[in-house]
Amino acid sequence: MSTAPSPKQTSHYVTDAFYDDLVRDFSDWQEDDRTVGDVNLREACRAFLEREARLLDNHQYSDWLALFVDECLYWVPATPHGGDPRREVAVCLDDRRRMEDRVYRLNTGAAWSQIPASRTVRMVSNVEPFQSGADGVLMVRSHFMINEFRAGEGRSLAGWCGHRLRQLDDGFEILVKQVNLLECDQNLRNPSIII
Amino acid sequence: MDKLKPSGGGLSNVASPFEWDELVHEDRVHRSLYTDPDIFAAEMTYIFGGTWTFLAHDSQIPQNDNYVTTSLGLRPIIVVRDSDGVVRAMFNRCTHRGATVCRAVAGSAKLFQCAYHGWTYRNSGELSGVPWPDGYASNLKESKYNLAQVPRVESYRGFIFGTLNREAVSLADHLGPMAGIIDQWLDRHPGGRVQLCEANRLKYKGNWKLAYDNSADGYHVKFSHRSLLEMENRLVVGEEKGMSFYKESPDQAPMYVKYLGNGNHFKDKRPNVAQHPGALWEIEGRHPGMEYFEGRLRERLGDKAAHALDLSASEPVNINVFPNLLILGNHIQVLQPRAVDETDTTWYGTAVVDEEDELDGAVDDVNTLRMRTLESFPNFGEVDDAVNFEEIQRGLMAEEDPWIYMHRGLDVPGRVRTDESGIITAPATDEVFMRETFKHWKRLMASPPKLEIRREK
Repeated sequence: MSTAPSPKQTSHYVTDAFYDDLVRDFSDWQEDDRTVGDVNLREACRAFLEREARLLDNHQYSDWLALFVDECLYWVPATPHGGDPRREVAVCLDDRRRMEDRVYRLNTGAAWSQIPASRTVRMVSNVEPFQSGADGVLMVRSHFMINEFRAGEGRSLAGWCGHRLRQLDDGFEILVKQVNLLECDQNLRNPSIII
Repeated sequence: MDKLKPSGGGLSNVASPFEWDELVHEDRVHRSLYTDPDIFAAEMTYIFGGTWTFLAHDSQIPQNDNYVTTSLGLRPIIVVRDSDGVVRAMFNRCTHRGATVCRAVAGSAKLFQCAYHGWTYRNSGELSGVPWPDGYASNLKESKYNLAQVPRVESYRGFIFGTLNREAVSLADHLGPMAGIIDQWLDRHPGGRVQLCEANRLKYKGNWKLAYDNSADGYHVKFSHRSLLEMENRLVVGEEKGMSFYKESPDQAPMYVKYLGNGNHFKDKRPNVAQHPGALWEIEGRHPGMEYFEGRLRERLGDKAAHALDLSASEPVNINVFPNLLILGNHIQVLQPRAVDETDTTWYGTAVVDEEDELDGAVDDVNTLRMRTLESFPNFGEVDDAVNFEEIQRGLMAEEDPWIYMHRGLDVPGRVRTDESGIITAPATDEVFMRETFKHWKRLMASPPKLEIRREK
C-alpha cells in the first residue's frame, strides 16, 4: 500500500480530529449575529454556488472536483441534523478519494443507475453566508431545488446545503459540502446523481 | 387464467383463487407474480402474515417502554417492549375508528393516544381511557376495544419476528439450519451481538421479490456491478479488492450457494478469502479515513489489530431469511413491500458493541471505519441493482412474453448436491435457490393460512 500523502490515492486526513472539527463546524453555525452583511461578498457566494450547480447539471465532474480543496468532504447525512458520522452511516460521506471514485464510476459506462443519465436543472436560492469564526472561512447556507428527469420520469429533490468555503483572492474553494435533503431519512429512489 | 379476487380479509379462510400450477413451474414463473395487484394482495396476507416476518431488532427497543414502528405486509405495526418488558407487535390502529395511534418512527412511551378522539392505550395494548365514557352504554373494558396484536412474536438472538398464523411452525423450525448461520454472523462480534444504527434507505419501483431473487444471486455480480468492480480496483496494483472473485469463473471459485428450506438461503463467499486474521480487511475497498484509523489500530493493538480490522470489513455472506430479512456484509437489510411495483429496502448499519472490552478500547475506531465500509455498497452497488429491478418491472409489461426463467443449473449433471438433511448446495451463480424459494412460495400461496389476531383480556 502506498503511503504517499496524496488524498487522491490515500486517506490520511480523515482523522479523529477531522471528524471532531466537522461535527463542531456544522453545529449551531446559523446565528443571526454571524451573518455577513457585505453585499458584494454575498453576491460572490451566490455566483460561486450557481457555478457549482451548473457544473453538476452539465456533468463537468472534473471541474466540479476542482472547486474543492485536496482534503475535502462531500457529506449527505441520513438524519436531519447530521449527527456524528463516526456513529452513523450517511447517505454519502466522501473524502477526496471517494469523490473521485464516485465520478470514476459514473464515467465507466456501466453505472446502470445513470444509464440513461439524469438531466437536471438546479435552482439555488436563499444564499446566506455566515462568519465561521476561522479567518478567511465562511459557512454558507443555500436552498436548492433539483428538477431531475431520467428514463421518462421527472422528480424534484429539495433541501439546503451548508458549504464551508475558504476565501481566495479571486473566489472560493470548498472545504466541506453538506447536503441536507428534505427526505434524508426516508427511502430514496435511485440516489445516484451528485447532489 | 380463470381467477377470482382474493378475499383480502386476513381473517377469513378461503380456498386459493389462483391456478398456481399454471404460474409456477420448475424452471420458470409467470410475470403476473410480479405484476398482478391481486397476487400482491394475496401475498400480503398469505406470506406477510402467514409466515414468520422480520419485524425489528432488539437493539431498537433496548429499554422497557421503547417502541419502533414498522409494517407487517401493509399492516402498520408498533413493536414495543412494554412496561413489564414483554415484547409485543401491536396493530397501529385505534380500535375506535381506525386511525394510527403512533406517528413517530421510534421512541419511548407508556401510553399511545389516538389524535382523533383521544382514545388512549397502555403500551400493553389495553384501552386505558376514552373521553367522556358516560356516553357509552357498552363496557369499554371488553377486550375487543384493546389494540389488536400479532398473536405470535418470537425472537432469535435479537431478531424479532411475528406471524398471524397460529398454525405456523415455530420460529426455530422456520429458521432451521439458518439459525446456525446467523450464529456465525453474530459470533464474529464481541459479545455475539450488534447494535442497529442508521440506515441507507433505498426504494425502487418494482416488486419486492426482485430484491429477494437477487439476494443469493451470484450470476448478476460481474454485470450489474461492473462499475463498482472497476471503481474499486482503479487504484489497485496487485491483488484485487472487493468482489473481484466474481470476475473470471465464479462457478469454479470455492464460494457456494445453499438452500436451507422454507425459502431461506445462504450465499457464502468466505471460502474465497484467505483464512488468516486480517484477510478480510486486505480485500476491503478504499474508504474515507482507512489509512489513518488502520494505523492507529495497529499501533494500539499490535497483533490483535488484524482481528479488529476484520470487524470493520464487510463479512462476505448473504444470509436471506424469507421473506424480508437479508443479512449481508455488515448490513441488516429489510424489504418492505409498498405496492405490487414499489418496494423499500432499508440497509440498517450495524455497530460493534464491546461491553467486555475485548477490543482493548478500540471499539470506537472499529465502528468509525465500519460506518464508512457500510456506505459503500448501497452507494456504488445497490443503486445499479435497483435500477435493473425497475427495468425488469418495465420489461414485464410485455404481456404476451410472460415467462421469467430461473433454470441456471437445472439438470446439469453433478452441479447441484442435496445432502441427507435436504440442504442443497450449488455453485455461486446457480439459480437453484430461486427455484426452491418459489416452490415454498407456491406452497404458502396455495394453502391460505388461518390468520388471527389477539387482544389483551
